[in-house]
Amino acid sequence: MNTKPFKLVALILITGLFISSCNSNTGKSKKSSTSIEKIEGEEIAILTDAPNVPPPITRKHATKVIVNLEVIEKEMEMMDGVRYNFWTFGGNVPGKFIRVREGDFVEFHLKNNPSSKLPHNIDLHAVSGQGGGAAATFTAPGHETKFSFTALNSGLYIYHCATAPVGMHIGNGMYGLILVEPKEGLPKVDKEFYVCQGDFYTKGNYGEAGLQQFNMDKALKEQPDYVVFNGKVGALTGDNALKAKVGETVRLFVGNGGPNLVSSFHVIGEIFDNVYPEGGTTLNHNVQTTLVPAGGSAITEFKCDVPATLILVDHSIFRTFNKGSLGMLKVEGEEIKFIYSGQQDDRIYQSEGAGQTMPDEPTIASKPLTKEEKMTQGKAIYAGSCQACHQADGKGIEKAFPPLAGSDYFASNPSLITRTILHGLSGKIKVNGKDFDGVMPKQTLSEAQIASVATYVLNSFGNKGGEVSATDVAKQRK
Amino acid sequence: MVNIKGGVFLPLYSLDSQKTEVKPFLMDVYPVTNADYKKFILQNSSWRKSKIKPIYADTNYLHQWNSDTSFAVNLALSPVVNISWFAAKKYCECQGKRLPTVAEWELAGRASETKPDATKDLKFNQWILNWVSKTSPKVLPNVGSTFKNYYGVWDLHGLVWEWTFDFNSALTTGESRGNSGLDNTFFCGGGSFASKDINNYASFMRFASRSSVKAKYGVPNLGFRCVKSKL
Repeated sequence: MNTKPFKLVALILITGLFISSCNSNTGKSKKSSTSIEKIEGEEIAILTDAPNVPPPITRKHATKVIVNLEVIEKEMEMMDGVRYNFWTFGGNVPGKFIRVREGDFVEFHLKNNPSSKLPHNIDLHAVSGQGGGAAATFTAPGHETKFSFTALNSGLYIYHCATAPVGMHIGNGMYGLILVEPKEGLPKVDKEFYVCQGDFYTKGNYGEAGLQQFNMDKALKEQPDYVVFNGKVGALTGDNALKAKVGETVRLFVGNGGPNLVSSFHVIGEIFDNVYPEGGTTLNHNVQTTLVPAGGSAITEFKCDVPATLILVDHSIFRTFNKGSLGMLKVEGEEIKFIYSGQQDDRIYQSEGAGQTMPDEPTIASKPLTKEEKMTQGKAIYAGSCQACHQADGKGIEKAFPPLAGSDYFASNPSLITRTILHGLSGKIKVNGKDFDGVMPKQTLSEAQIASVATYVLNSFGNKGGEVSATDVAKQRK
Repeated sequence: MVNIKGGVFLPLYSLDSQKTEVKPFLMDVYPVTNADYKKFILQNSSWRKSKIKPIYADTNYLHQWNSDTSFAVNLALSPVVNISWFAAKKYCECQGKRLPTVAEWELAGRASETKPDATKDLKFNQWILNWVSKTSPKVLPNVGSTFKNYYGVWDLHGLVWEWTFDFNSALTTGESRGNSGLDNTFFCGGGSFASKDINNYASFMRFASRSSVKAKYGVPNLGFRCVKSKL
């Protein structure tokens, strides 16, 4: 029998097997986790300023998104009376919020306003490629550069300027957030907000008036004067507070531009039902405080359970009370007393074996203190109970805690000090021409202690003087 | 023009072995003004806004001028900007001069009002940094409005950036962090261990600015002045 054709067929069969198996192997390696979606159509990205966020993406396909972002160097207010030369993406700090979908093809145009002193560029953490785009976008004043990238990974990403000296460019406010929504989108919530923390380094101290200059020395030492949300002290307080209603779900897109500090992000009065740590895909639940790395992000979600003024803070707490990292979210609606009752009772407490008191606290019935003794005791009580809010210099914090220094609130009626300490105070008041709308809890102090601290306040911080006795306080307790 | 003493200049990203010797030279006291530049334009019509070849300038060229030969009265004595390196080089050549090298410019730029080398002077460096932080005013101030330095040269800092002959020899790339082709101890985003003047952040910013431009660019805050070698 002629075996040649037999052998030929066998050879062909075996070769065929090899080829097909090779094909399926290469087929498997081509199918990676980042399969590129077909791009349909094009649109211009809607960009927003903090605390607003562009609307959620509804399309179910990838598209070409054109982003136009302008760098503007601009002198703006850091705090009442304090001005600073900010360098911005889009005219504000933080820069514009960019919202795209996983798989989108982004055509990015970076413009540098002709009035800029310096060249700038951009590094978007959402970009896979050299410098996150920095190499391609180095732009002189009065010029524009363009580059394109595919948003391969979903997540919430910081973008920032990467022109030397990078720390100074970031330290002057050149950062913002770009959200790459996963293909299936994010679950629906009632409210979404954009909050971005940053640390600032100025020649003068916190609150020192005038145009403040960037201080490289403090930046190197990582000792900021200002730690703020959304580019200035009070960006999210008073009239600028965020708003929601009882029962609504809130999502916070939280960024931290740095340049140096890591944030311990916490909302006083609420718990994060959901956290996407570091702005990634994993979901965590029931979190009180989440870390937001410098040059990173986090997404936090919670349902507003009861009416309250929720306070957004960096829980490295001196930053909040002394450098400005304090924001507010006012939740309005009906009280739900079984979730939070508010104060139900307040009465005298005598520990077991009454008559044994701490040596430095005179009992109510003992000899009243002299004015000097009241001043000494009052000073200590002030440091322990009042200073955290009203500050060591009695000047308070703009839009949050009223000043006691030279305060017109009690200048004509000093007994108001006693009344406020005894009963607390909430609602709108005007002090030294400025509006405040907060809550001061009543203080659990003895009559003698209140008399001492009230006397101390009346005779300090440039106030006119006076004296309060424990008996006066007792009368006001009713 | 005034005399600038020679000296040794150490470029920002270099080892001691890369010192450059700068011979004494003559430098223009002021940056070139719009009025000065107009004289040049009237004698060299191929450099007019309407006639200049696109290879020599981009569309920002003389943007602040109303026409080929006229501009607002308040611009006459302010430094001419939005001119390309090609134009600046030609202007200097027509005067028998040339553009300064980076080394020459930086050497002259080291001087404060009272010292020939103020690189360690914190106040002087802070003053420059303060200027760098501000946006450019819509109408640039006249030349002679900042300060006269030790050599008698005005406005090297505080007015406009200035073209240099070898501006593109700077080592910063647009990607200020990933210069893997260069020695790793050299420049990163904010200052490098090997850099000679760690405190001289203004110097870094001039290098960054030089790296961001191309020879045909017109930039609203970039002007020039000329120098001349001493025979």
